[in-house]
Amino acid sequence: MIPGSRRARLGWVDAAVLSAVVVALGYVFHRVDAVLEYRWDWSAIPNSLYRWDEETGRWVPNLLMQGFFTTIRLAILSMVPAALFGAVFGVLRTAGRLFPRLLSRTYVELIRNIPPLVFIFIFYFFISSQIMPILGVEDFVRGASPATLRSLELVFGPAALIPNVISGVICLAMFQGAYMTEIVRAGIQSVPKTQTEAGLSIGLSRWELWRRVILPQALRRVIPPLAGQFITLVKDSSILSLISIQELTFLAMETAVSTTRVFEVWISVAGLYFCLCYLLSLAFDRLERNAAAARA
Amino acid sequence: MERLTPVEPLIELDGVSKWFGAFQVLRDVHLRVAEGERIVICGPSGSGKSTLIRCINRLEEHQEGRVVFAGRELGADTADLTEVRREIGMVFQEFNLFPHLTVLENCMLGPVRVLGMTPADARERAMEFLGRVRIPEQARKHPAQLSGGQQQRAAIARSLCMRPRVMLFDEPTSALDPVMIKEVLDVMNDLAQSGMTMIVVTHEMGFARTVADRVAYMDEGSIVECLPPDRFFANPADERTKRFLSQIL
Ligand SMILES: Nc1ncnc2c1ncn2[C@@H]1O[C@H](COP(=O)(O)OP(=O)(O)OP(=O)(O)O)[C@@H](O)[C@H]1O
Ligand SMILES: [Mg+2]
Repeated sequence: MIPGSRRARLGWVDAAVLSAVVVALGYVFHRVDAVLEYRWDWSAIPNSLYRWDEETGRWVPNLLMQGFFTTIRLAILSMVPAALFGAVFGVLRTAGRLFPRLLSRTYVELIRNIPPLVFIFIFYFFISSQIMPILGVEDFVRGASPATLRSLELVFGPAALIPNVISGVICLAMFQGAYMTEIVRAGIQSVPKTQTEAGLSIGLSRWELWRRVILPQALRRVIPPLAGQFITLVKDSSILSLISIQELTFLAMETAVSTTRVFEVWISVAGLYFCLCYLLSLAFDRLERNAAAARA
Repeated sequence: MERLTPVEPLIELDGVSKWFGAFQVLRDVHLRVAEGERIVICGPSGSGKSTLIRCINRLEEHQEGRVVFAGRELGADTADLTEVRREIGMVFQEFNLFPHLTVLENCMLGPVRVLGMTPADARERAMEFLGRVRIPEQARKHPAQLSGGQQQRAAIARSLCMRPRVMLFDEPTSALDPVMIKEVLDVMNDLAQSGMTMIVVTHEMGFARTVADRVAYMDEGSIVECLPPDRFFANPADERTKRFLSQIL
């Protein structure tokens, strides 16, 4: 494409749409202002983000920023197992044998046909009462040396909340993994059968065929939708607030109650989510363009 | 005129039948191909030509009869099909190159991963065959950057790099423009000159006339007629062959 050709000049249609949007926004503000009689007061927000700590004499993150960081941690931590679930079950989904296919299908259908919220309520109860004691996370954290504890905190956040964060990560990963499974399956199946035939006719074994012909092509088709799913994962992490994982949405509820500035808090939180997700999508776009350029 | 039929043919199809569900694609097919022989198969669309040659490297499974390659019978219990397949080259109508690899890498994949050659040796061999199909200058490109004729020649080189004992071609020129058809046929002519055993499904009757040892006509899953080209074109015995030839010539 010629540089600059994308920045087309405004046509009259654009102008009409733009003015319609301005009018609509103006109307909404007018309603809020005149009819709702809501008194805006943003003064509580900066302090909910960062507060001055008298003891250490430093600015420290307050509830909203703490939640924001936890959300980022949750997203990054659950991305790895979610992608792993997606890869393993996605491959099983295309297996020749019935049992692996059935297993993976059951996983996907179970999760896709239950509301995420309901799944998380059930599954969280199971994880926190059954799996966490088996993993011995709590004991491990309690018995950890200061050095280990410091690196643990770097990854998982405040020590007291580590079991809490891990439960959240497992829930989110299970749930997102099902969607990634479908993406991986579609990617693998999008490689035409003729590629398999060509590979077999030069004598490749099943494994080499998979490794050298199918996987590389599937991977290329899977990366963009997986990136999109990662952004969805970030947004969906907000439902973890309902099982008391102390991420952004959970702490926003607390802040909204304690400051009584409901709109201001939620609008700020929306802004935080937006920034995070938008930055991610810009980053993924860029990565993809670089990859495409490297290929050409 | 008739070639002496050797004791042991390289490929033997003996009463091969195959069904897709209730539909019978191959009906009691007999065909013996000797080492160095060149067979052209023609016939109307849907007559089972592709299915037949795909049974030879077992991309399709037959249900009755025997398919024997170099003394090894191909069946459900053939221990290592890859052993057989590496000796049978196959060229498809749609080329089926690996789009994520360069032409050179396409040609090196089999030698390195199947024959266990070192990359350096495989590269040398690949360049040799890319030279023979006259596209050595395209080695570093990806298939999508090549013309159809070049892609098909790359696909031929990819098969030849395995040093197969027979080459199967399934309508190798049907997806190409006239100019490109000639490029590919020239390469196939060279290959025939070099003594390669070839089974070619094609409607290029000029090629059949000049290159084939025998021309087979297929209809509704059977080989109706299989004769040396001079007799095949001059006086075929079967009515269906006559009708087909009058349409195509
Ligand atoms: N996988 C399949 N399942 C069911 N039927 C099939 C399958 N593959 C081929 N057939 C049918 O078998 C018959 C023979 O197919 P085949 O591709 O061997 O014919 P062909 O002679 O190569 O035709 P063409 O000249 O069009 O390539 C056709 O009627 C086709 O519809
Ligand atoms: Mg065909």
